[in-house]
This record gives sequence, structure tokens and C-alpha cells, in this order.
Amino acid sequence: MRNKYSVFSLIKNALSYHENWQRAWKDPTPKQEYDAVIVGGGGHGLATAYYLAKKHNMNNIAVVEKGWIGGGNTGRNTTIIRSNYLWDASAGLYDHALKIWEGLSQELNYNVMFSQRGVMNLAHNLQDVRDLKRRTHANRLNGIDAVYLSTEEVKKFCPIINTSPDIRYPVLGGTLQRRAGTARHDAVAWGYARGADAMGVDIIQNCEVKGIKRNGDSVEGIETTKGFIKTKKVGVVAAGHSSVIANMAGLRLPLESKPLQALVSEPVKPIIDTVVMSNAVHAYVSQSDKGELVIGAGTDDYVSYTQKGSHQIVEGTLNAILELYPIFSRMRMLRQWGGIVDICPDASPILSKTSIKGLYFNCGWGTGGFKATPGSGDLFAHTIANDEPHKLNAAFNLNRFVSGDLVDEHGAAAVAH
Amino acid sequence: MFLINCPYCGERDQQEFKAGGEAHIERPKQPTELSDDEWAEYLFMRKNIKGVQFERWNHAHGCRKWFNMVRDTSNDEIKAIYKMGEKPPSQ
Repeated sequence: MRNKYSVFSLIKNALSYHENWQRAWKDPTPKQEYDAVIVGGGGHGLATAYYLAKKHNMNNIAVVEKGWIGGGNTGRNTTIIRSNYLWDASAGLYDHALKIWEGLSQELNYNVMFSQRGVMNLAHNLQDVRDLKRRTHANRLNGIDAVYLSTEEVKKFCPIINTSPDIRYPVLGGTLQRRAGTARHDAVAWGYARGADAMGVDIIQNCEVKGIKRNGDSVEGIETTKGFIKTKKVGVVAAGHSSVIANMAGLRLPLESKPLQALVSEPVKPIIDTVVMSNAVHAYVSQSDKGELVIGAGTDDYVSYTQKGSHQIVEGTLNAILELYPIFSRMRMLRQWGGIVDICPDASPILSKTSIKGLYFNCGWGTGGFKATPGSGDLFAHTIANDEPHKLNAAFNLNRFVSGDLVDEHGAAAVAH
Repeated sequence: MFLINCPYCGERDQQEFKAGGEAHIERPKQPTELSDDEWAEYLFMRKNIKGVQFERWNHAHGCRKWFNMVRDTSNDEIKAIYKMGEKPPSQ
């Protein structure tokens, strides 16, 4: 039985100096066989397992993770959540996720610190203005809250932005999605892990997949560093390493894995109470509850699995940040890191069946997967349980690269790609 | 970030170069006879190897010439560089 987190449990455990908290999830050894195995214990993989157990009554399942849960891109992103995408298919997908975010802490009984502080996207040239206005209209037609702001309104909403017309990339306007914001990334992984574990899901860490066993066109199981696990359904949620797993099964995916960097400053008092993104100068910034400025940069243009990026990428981002926010000129940066993002040619994800029966892929989230974590898990669980996609992820199939029915969100969604 | 030994200019900083993706993907000789599956394979599907990969690079801020590179994508170590049209070295 899982103890509920509440103010009473906090008081009770304070009396024993917080030494007797129940384990949030077990550390099981793998069984010989599961009804389904999820490869990858990040937010998306754990959410998939959670919804498989909760909504589809699949409790005899496991999540295998080669490192520790939430140690990959879940722990490396800049935690931005929004749903202001251009195309109908994307709007449906990301707003589905945003709606789950709004009740997630209560549902999981775990504070994911979801904060609807708004996300503002800036326009720096006339084409940006046209694109952002078009996207605002498209969002509103899809029932997604979006407003277009003038330069003065941008300044009013976030006073520390330099809106002088004399800067290299002047702020000509922007869009605002008020329901958007941030969440605590680690808490999302931990909350889903705790919730899935409570329903009987085995979360097996330090267990790397070494091979996928097939019998003809069906999956029979996976070879791992902890032995062979028999299963008829394998859901791969391996982000930057999706192609590595696909190659084991003899598949090729339309992905390239590239380093994406982020960095945080020393902590300071609250100075920016929203998230500001700028596509044209490739910089985005928010402030964590600890007070650090969380700054995101762009990807390198070459394939690499090294989890580090090039210095000039960070330098370019910081140049842009300093021009937009002169007040940050004496801030010192504390940490910088990289994550490996799997990028699709159309910058949209893949949540799909494959040509191999029982093998499913959830990948291609590229530079912006964190925001979709709950929706991605929910829809991927549906796809695995029913062997059919949900209508919200039907457009995000692998076959779109054959049919040409791409969901081209490159640049169009004000995404910092 | 690493140094790249351009076969025309010598060793330069990586930021002078533009990565051009996987090398030795042959353009279909009979494009009109290609099926949609074959087009998808040619246009979109990539090996995306973690390990030794053959790729194309362009010295965009230098001589602007294209060349091939063999690089280990797990540690960014460059194994070999050879000109366009030359045979790839055996691993």
C-alpha cells in the first residue's frame, strides 16, 4: 500500500526526523516475462507505463532504463510547457498534454510544481510578425489561448526586456500563451515512477537493452544486461538513442541525434516571472524557483552522442540574451550541459506502430519533448494497448515519411529549433 | 567542438564548417521508377549511428569545398578525412 503524501504525513515524518519515509518505488529484479516492456525510463517512458497500468489495466509490465530514471533528457531540458503550435495535429497533441499538466500534481499526489506563468515568443523582424500573427489566429481557431502583443505590451508584461529600436534585433512584438509555463522536470519523472510502481509496474534501472529478439515479423523479447526478458510488446521511448534501438531490430528511422545545450546562472532574487523565447536569436530564458536563470541554446548541426555541445552555440545564445536583457550583464553562469535530441525532418514526433508486430516507437521529439510528457505517455499507452493509434496521435505515424503527409512544424511554431 | 583537418586548407576550428549529414547516400539513378517506400528511404531514413559514421562536411567559412569524414559519434573523434569522389577508407 502506498502512503499518501499530505501535510499530515509531512508532520508525522518530521517527528521521526524524516528517516522513515516509505520508498517511492521498489528496486525489483526483472521477471522472466511481461505483457509489455517500455524501453527508456525518462518522463515519456514512465508516463507511458503509468497510463498503461491506470487506463488499460496492464499491470504486468516493466520499464527498463540503462541509467537511472529521469537522468537523460528529462533532467536536462529547460522545463518549458506550452501548446501554441501552428498545425491542427500538433495543436491537438500538445494541448492534450497541457490539459493533463493542469491536474497532474493532484492526480499523481506528487507536486510537479506546474507553474502557469505564461510563455512569450518574441518577433524580431517583419516575417516573424507575420508568422506569429498567423500562429496566434491558428491557435485561437483550435481553442488554444493566444494573444498577439505589441512592443509596448511586451515591455509591460516583462519590463526587463530591452525594447529599444536601436538594438541589433529589435522587439517588434510577440505572442503570449498565459496557460503555458514550466514544471519541475525531476518531479515529473519521480511522480510518474511512484504512481506506476504503486500499480505494480516494475521499474528496472541500470538495465541496458542489448538486442531485440524477433520471430519473423513479431517481437519475442529483449536482451538486456540483466538477462533476456520475454514480452510480446516493446515500446521504445529512448529519445536520442532511438536509432540505436531501431538498428537492433533492423529498422531505420528518419532521425538525427544532435547535442542540445542549456545552462543556468547563479541564483538571484526573482527578476523574471515568465518564460521568454526568441526564435530569431535562438535564446530562451526563465527563472527557476531556486532563483537560477535557466537559459536554453540551439543544437549543433552534426550527429553526436556526446552530451556536450560546441562553445560557439552557447556564446551566440548569451550574446542574444545580453542584448535583450542588459540587466543580466554581470550574471555568472554556474553550469552548462548537453542532451542528445532526436530530430525528425519535419520537427514533429513519431508515436507509431512499426513494420514489426509488437514494436512501437515514441521518438523524434527533438528539442521540445518535455512539454508533451503527460500527453505523450497517455497516447503512446493507448497505441500499445490497442495496437492502434489514438486519433490525437494518428498523424504522427512513421508512414508519413512515405506518404508525404508531414506535420511541418520547423520554425512555424515559434519553436527554437 | 573540435578541430577539423580540411583536405584543402589544413587544420581549422570546427565552427568554420557545416555538417552535411550521412555520406555515400546515392541519388537514385532512375527516379521515375522509384516507389514511395524507396523515396522515403532515400530522402528521410538515416543510420544515425552511435559509433563510427561516414559523413559529409563543408568548409563553409573557408574554401567552401565539400569533403568526407569518418567520425566516431560517441566521442567526436575524427578517424579519417578524404575528398569527394575518393573511396572511403576501410574501418
